[in-house]
Amino acid sequence: MDTSVCRWLNAPLSRLLQAALVLSLLPQDAAAEIPLNMPVGVTDISRSVYDLHMTIFWICVAIAVVVFGVMFWSIIHHRKSKGAKAAHFHENTVVEIIWTLIPMAILIAMAIPATATLVKMYDTSDAEVDIQVTGYQWKWHYKYLDQDVEFFSNLSTPREQIENTAEKSEHYLLEVDNALVIPTGKKVRFLITSNDVIHSWWVPHLAVKKDAIPGFINESWAIVNEPGVYRGQCAELCGKDHGFMPIVVDARSPEDYQQWLLAKQEEKEQQAQQAAAATARTWTHEELMAEGEKVYARACAACHQPSGAGMPPVFPSLIKSPITTGDINAHIDIVVRGKPGTAMQAFGNQLTPAEVAAVVTYERNAWGNDTGDTVTPTDVQEHNAQ
Amino acid sequence: MDAASDIAHEAQHHHGPASGLSRWVFTTNHKDIGTLYMWFSFLMFLTGGSMALVIRAELFQPGLQLVDPGFFNQMTTMHGLIMVFGAVMPAFVGLANWLIPMMVGAPDMALPRMNNLSFWILPFAFTMLLMTLFMDGGAPNFGWTFYAPLSTQYAPPTVNYFIFGVHLMGISSIMGAINVIATIFNMRAPGMTLMKMPLFVWTWLITAFLLLAAMPVLACVVTMMLFDINFGTSFFNAAGGGDPVLFQHLFWFFGHPEVYIMILPAFGIVSQIIPTFSRKPLFGYASMVYATASIALLSFIVWAHHMFTVGMPLAGELFFMYATMLIAVPTGVKVFNWISTMFRGSLTFETPMLFAIAFIVLFTIGGFSGLMLAISPADFQYHDTYFVVAHFHYVLVPGAVFAIIAAVYYWLPKWCGRMYDERLGKIHFWWSFIGLNLTFFPMHFIGLAGMPRRIPDYALQFADFNMLASIGGFVFGFAQVFFLFIVIRCITSGEKAAANPWEGAEGLEWTLPSPAPYHSFGTPPKID
Ligand code: HEC
Ligand SMILES: [Cu+2]
Repeated sequence: MDTSVCRWLNAPLSRLLQAALVLSLLPQDAAAEIPLNMPVGVTDISRSVYDLHMTIFWICVAIAVVVFGVMFWSIIHHRKSKGAKAAHFHENTVVEIIWTLIPMAILIAMAIPATATLVKMYDTSDAEVDIQVTGYQWKWHYKYLDQDVEFFSNLSTPREQIENTAEKSEHYLLEVDNALVIPTGKKVRFLITSNDVIHSWWVPHLAVKKDAIPGFINESWAIVNEPGVYRGQCAELCGKDHGFMPIVVDARSPEDYQQWLLAKQEEKEQQAQQAAAATARTWTHEELMAEGEKVYARACAACHQPSGAGMPPVFPSLIKSPITTGDINAHIDIVVRGKPGTAMQAFGNQLTPAEVAAVVTYERNAWGNDTGDTVTPTDVQEHNAQ
Repeated sequence: MDAASDIAHEAQHHHGPASGLSRWVFTTNHKDIGTLYMWFSFLMFLTGGSMALVIRAELFQPGLQLVDPGFFNQMTTMHGLIMVFGAVMPAFVGLANWLIPMMVGAPDMALPRMNNLSFWILPFAFTMLLMTLFMDGGAPNFGWTFYAPLSTQYAPPTVNYFIFGVHLMGISSIMGAINVIATIFNMRAPGMTLMKMPLFVWTWLITAFLLLAAMPVLACVVTMMLFDINFGTSFFNAAGGGDPVLFQHLFWFFGHPEVYIMILPAFGIVSQIIPTFSRKPLFGYASMVYATASIALLSFIVWAHHMFTVGMPLAGELFFMYATMLIAVPTGVKVFNWISTMFRGSLTFETPMLFAIAFIVLFTIGGFSGLMLAISPADFQYHDTYFVVAHFHYVLVPGAVFAIIAAVYYWLPKWCGRMYDERLGKIHFWWSFIGLNLTFFPMHFIGLAGMPRRIPDYALQFADFNMLASIGGFVFGFAQVFFLFIVIRCITSGEKAAANPWEGAEGLEWTLPSPAPYHSFGTPPKID
């Protein structure tokens, strides 16, 4: 029994050393396949953070080797079965002072570079691009200040992959419909806030993680050195779909970025025209229902469920509910303005009047609600104008 | 031995335990109450553990398989709450009840009726909490840290039950702490000066003060939630002029001392066990006491290291980083002392010793990752990832839980007068040890690689290690059912234990016969 004890007790130590070896010796591309360590990242800051991480890691390994070394020495050599007789010392002031002072010195040595990096990270001055990042339950909104470009960024992994009925794609859960595009080599400042609960905007390759807090704006920044696509996730529990609000940052050369901006502004004009056209034209009930079903699946089903049954009492059922079968104006109102202080957000700035009309029509007729009502885009516009 | 038979004789003149259920409901006996606490804690340990297994089963593979994300959040929340407030804390209070009077030579706790009350509140508190699983809207789903506004404006209506449950647990803990302090200050046998107390008593005394200071803050913060939710105040609602970050400051002002509440008594246990099986007195007794006290003091000025990403000013960030790093010093002193105790001892490796040694090694690993987390710029990468999950499970499972298990094996002969089966104990140890490392070690890697905590589904590159962790979780879980079997077998049919079954054990509890008589130290023992 006793020899096996020492063999087994060695396990954690060798495990630690193995991990250390794996972390430091693995070639970078092999590490990319099964990531085991913090990414070095693509900014100067992320590199200093990585260096801090590795320094403190190796300090810990060194201390572990010494401390556990002494311990295992005792376990092997000072065992009763080997005839060891217990010594009787139980104090030694000099030794005790030394092993208080040495850790102090190590900690001070560690605190200096950490402070330097932190001071750099906190210097948000002189940004060239300002982007407001807003967390919503469960998507991100990006607004390029001074550029008149803004959009939502939703998870784009199809439902079937999550439910295991389709094969999972390469970037499963880390892909979005609209990525955040930023220029390389420029200081981009992120102004981070939230529309509802606390979220946290985290992109490991940028070493940026900042909480998105409703009512407050936090600042962070990055200068990305290499073009590429960098993926992250919301890092603060924010409710049911916390695991399903990824972040994708697409860093492009300044020229490509400018082009993208122009294209985005054009796209915005087109969308505005399309929306105006959609509002102006007449919709049949069937068309509204078909469009409404799509909008519902995209924007509402996460809470109210595809079946309309919701998850009461947190997310109310829309089946035969007082609002979906009652006053039409109240229905339009809650969709457009939301209900402040609840998860029901204002969709007025997320959906076009036609989309609102469609989804309201859909809700009033699906799942046996059968009100027979048809809500037109003009109804919605009139409501908004009030 | 003479003293022991004296006391046994004396015990016959006192009344013994009442019979039947009323013995347990009305008991004011510290040993009975200790037993109640221990069994309750074990029941909660299995309950919280099965929730952990639901979590691990869902995370076995990417994709949603077993539970929906909403229920997953309920499981992570309840698992955390139950393990912290239902398993670990009551286990330590149970140990305090059983051991402190015997260790200081007192006949019972100072406030026996309050002792009864502080236990019997708990089953109600946890029934209330668990009932929410079956109510409309489901159980609390906002994490055991219940950050506002997710836990206020956006919470399911059962949050009110949660708040009352937390209040009850808090009252119970505060009463327990008062009792420990009163007992230690007033009931020590003549000659037992403070600096002669066993370390378990010392660490509990300091823990009790932490409880007294921290629990009211928790009560405060849940009351503020209650007002925000039901009475229209806006403490944590920015739209009404409040501040969600205020919640976090208050919570962690309680929460950080709380993590030391869960580890200081464990330090005490290990400081009792290591000398026994090293057959050598504890190295640096006085420095152990001072180190414990300084950890306790520091624990009140480091809370915001849980909040490095909320956007504190630079000065705050630096202050909390430095203060946190400082805790490594007294913690290091403790580890060095334990190892020096073993050094040049005469070691044997009975089950309690195995758990205690694993405690030192694995807790130290958890301490290392804690030191890494203290480095604020690096914490931006670690925070809210599986690296943190790995860290706190390393300090809580092989830390607090292993210490509690070690304590059970170590004092079980004293409690029930019978020995556990040493061979089975060793199997339990290795089984737990392997399961635990299989579960939590891979979490370091997936955390560093970028997996956030509290998510029911994950990207494909995390799949292998998650599968490993899930297998480990089940291995570890079933080992604890085996533990139950070992304990029951010991109680019902173990070999009779001597008054002092351990060659190297010292302390007043070992001067009593095994099992310890229902009433002990009716006359205080003499201490030289
Ligand atoms: C993030 C979760 C969430 C999303 C997404 C969401 N809702 Fe809601 N919705 C709620 C909540 C919560 C309420 C209840 C608000 C309250 O307290 O009255 C609600 C209420 C409603 C009501 C009123 C129901 C009643 O009878 O009381 C309607 C209608 C509604 N939502 C429509 C929609 C539509 C249309 C969409 C999509 C465009 C949508 N919701 C998207 C959470 C959500
Ligand atoms: Cu989020």
